[in-house]
Amino acid sequence: MQSLIWLAIALPLASAAVLLCLGRRADAWGHWMGVAASGGAFLVGLGALIEMLGKPAEERALDTTLYTFIPGGDLHVDVGLLADPLSITFVLLITFVGTLIHVYSVAYMEHDKDRRRFFAYLNLFVAAMLLLVLADSYLLLFVGWEGVGVASYLLIGFWNYKPEYATAANKAFVVNRIGDIGLIIAMGIMFTTFGALDFATIGELAGNASTATLTAAGLALLLAACGKSAQFPLQSWLGDAMAGPTPVSALIHAATMVTAGVYLIVRSAPIFEGAPNAQVVVAIVGAITLTLGALIGMAKDDIKKALAASTMSQIGYMMLAAGLGPVGYAFAIFHLITHGFFKAGMFLGAGSVMHAMNDQVDMRRFGALKGAMVVTWVTFGLGWLAILGVPPFSGYWSKDKIIESAFVGEGWQPWVFGLTALIGAGLTAFYMSRLFFMTFHGKARWTDEVHPHESPALMTVPMIILAVGSAFLGLILATGDRFTTWLEPVTGHVEHHEPVLPVAVIVALTLILVALGAVGAWFKYGRAEVPQEAPSASLATITARNDFFQDSVNRAVFQRPGQHVTRTLVYADAAIVDGAVNKQARGWSSLGSASRKLQTGQVRSYAATMLVGLVIVIAVIVVGGL
Amino acid sequence: MNPMNYVILAAILFSIGAAAVLLRRNAIVAFMGVELMLNAANLALVAFSRIHGELDGQIMAFFVMVVAAAEVVVGLAIIIAVFRARQTISLDEPAELKG
Repeated sequence: MQSLIWLAIALPLASAAVLLCLGRRADAWGHWMGVAASGGAFLVGLGALIEMLGKPAEERALDTTLYTFIPGGDLHVDVGLLADPLSITFVLLITFVGTLIHVYSVAYMEHDKDRRRFFAYLNLFVAAMLLLVLADSYLLLFVGWEGVGVASYLLIGFWNYKPEYATAANKAFVVNRIGDIGLIIAMGIMFTTFGALDFATIGELAGNASTATLTAAGLALLLAACGKSAQFPLQSWLGDAMAGPTPVSALIHAATMVTAGVYLIVRSAPIFEGAPNAQVVVAIVGAITLTLGALIGMAKDDIKKALAASTMSQIGYMMLAAGLGPVGYAFAIFHLITHGFFKAGMFLGAGSVMHAMNDQVDMRRFGALKGAMVVTWVTFGLGWLAILGVPPFSGYWSKDKIIESAFVGEGWQPWVFGLTALIGAGLTAFYMSRLFFMTFHGKARWTDEVHPHESPALMTVPMIILAVGSAFLGLILATGDRFTTWLEPVTGHVEHHEPVLPVAVIVALTLILVALGAVGAWFKYGRAEVPQEAPSASLATITARNDFFQDSVNRAVFQRPGQHVTRTLVYADAAIVDGAVNKQARGWSSLGSASRKLQTGQVRSYAATMLVGLVIVIAVIVVGGL
Repeated sequence: MNPMNYVILAAILFSIGAAAVLLRRNAIVAFMGVELMLNAANLALVAFSRIHGELDGQIMAFFVMVVAAAEVVVGLAIIIAVFRARQTISLDEPAELKG
C-alpha cells in the first residue's frame, strides 16, 4: 500500500471534481460519496501504516516518483510522494479526523441547500492537505500549501451571502498570502544555495551551507508557518475564520491545516539544525502566541472564537516545542495529534451546542446545557480534561512533555520558555474551564425561543469517537515512548536531557496551576451568577476581548499606509501616464477638427484648390527649372 | 505656320474651360468647361507631337478622347441623378460633405 499512497490524494480529489462537475445532479448522494472518498483515503493510509510497521525502522521511508513536473535544466522537479513515519502520521490524522467530520457534516449541513458543494470543498481540502504532507519537495509541498489555502478560503466564505463572512474569507486569504511569500523566499534561498528543492538533497547538503544562509531560510520558513498556523504576528485571521461552518472550523482551523506550519518547521529540521538563532525565534514566536492566545481566550464570549484563541495558543505550544530543536520535534507532533483529536472533538461539540441553540454562539446565553445534551456534555468534558492536561487524558502526555522540554537547556532560555509554558498551562485551564462551565453548568440563561435538544446520531457518534481518542490516545501512544520511537527515523534520536528543574517538580507545578485555573473558573463562572450581558471591564479585559487590538494595529501600520501608497500610484497613473496619452490624443483630435474646416462640400472650391495647386506645381517646375 | 501658336491657343482654351468650371453654377455649363479643358489638352498634345516630329502625343490624344467619352457618360448620369433627387443642377446646392 505504501507505493499506492497517491491513491489517498487521488480519491478525494476525484470525488471533489465529480461533485463540482455534476452540480445539482449529485445533490442526492454527493455527501455520501464525499464521506466514502475520505474514508477510502483513510484506508489507504492505514494500509501504508501496516506495511511500514512490518519493516525495520530505518527502511520505513519510501519515496515514489510519480512523474516529472518541471524538467528544466538546473531546475528539475519531480512529483514525488514521501511516505515516512512523519507523513503517514499526518495522513492518518487528516483522514481519520477528516472522515469523522465528513460524517458529522452530513447531519450538520442537512438543511443547507449547498451541502454537495460543501462536501466538494471538504474533499478538495483533504486532497490538498494530503499532498502537502506527502510531498517530497518544497515545491510540491507549496502546491498543497496553496491548495489548502484555497479550500480554507472557499469554506470560510461558504455562506458568503453575508458580507462579513465574505470579508473574513478575504482576510484569511490575504494574511495567508503574506506567509506564502515567506515560503517562496525560502524556496528561492534553498534553490540558489543547494540547487534543489527536495527534502532528501537539502537534508544532505544543509550542513555545508553558511549559518547566515540557513538563518535567512529558517526565518522565511517561520514567516510561512506563522501565516498558515496563525502565529504571532500573523494571527489575526483565525478568529474571523470562525465565520465558516463549524465542521470546517473543526477540520481546517483546529485539527489539520493550521498545524501545517508546525509540520513545515519539523520537516525543515536540517535547515534549523544549522541556524540556532532562527530556532530561538521560532520558540519565541511560539511562546508569545501561546500566551496571547490564552489571554484572548479568557475574555471571549463567543464559544467558537474562544476555541479559536485556544487553538492559537495550543499551536503556540507546538511551535515552542518545534523551536527547541530535536528534543522537541517529536513532542510537537505528539501534541499536534492529541490536539487534533480533542480540539476537533470540542469544535464538533460546539457545533452540536449551536445546533441545539439556533446557531447562537454567545456563551452568556448558554448555561446548564448538561441536562439537555448529555452526550455533548460528556464528550466535550473529555476534550476539556484532555486540553487541561489532567492525567491520564491525552493532553497530559503531550503538553507535559513540551513543558518539560521547554525547561531543558542553558542560560536564560529554559527559564523563559519553561515558565511561559508552565503559566500557559494554568491560563489554559482557566479559559477552557470558563468556556466549559459557562456552556454546560450554572443557571440556564437561554433566550426565550430556544429549546435545546441532543443532536442526531450522525453527529454524536463522531463526537464520541473523538472523545475516546481525546481520553486514551495519549496514554496509548506515550506508553513505552511508542510515538517518539516511531518518529525517530525522521526527527532523529535524542539523548535524554535533564531539565533545569526536577521533572517531578515541573509536573507538580503544572498540575497545581491547572487545578488553580480550573477551580478559579468554577468559582467565577460555574457557581456564581454569570451576567447575560458582558459587564464593563478593566482595560486588560477589553484589550483581550479585542484580540489585543491586532486589527487596529494592522490597519494603522500596514493597511492605511498601503492604501496611501496605492492611491498615490493610482493618482500618478491617472495624471502622468494616462495624462500624457490623453493630452496627445486630444492634440491630434483638435488638429483634425481644425483641418475639417477645409472640407466645405463646395465642388467648385475643390476645383479651385486643384487648379491653384496645379499652378503652384507648374510654377515651381518652371521657376525652379527642375 | 508656327506650331507654337497652337500651344498658345490650347492654353487660352484651357483657361476658358477652367474659368467656366470655377465660375459657373450650372452643372451642364461647368461640364462643358471640363470638356473644353480636355480638348485644350488634346490640342496641346497634338501640337507638341508636331513640334517634336513624333507620334506619341497623337496616340495620347486618342486615349484622352476615349477617356473623355467615358467621362461624359458618367458625368451626365451623375447630373441626371442629382436633378432627379433635388430638382436642381446647381453645383453649390449639394453640400452634404461639408466638414
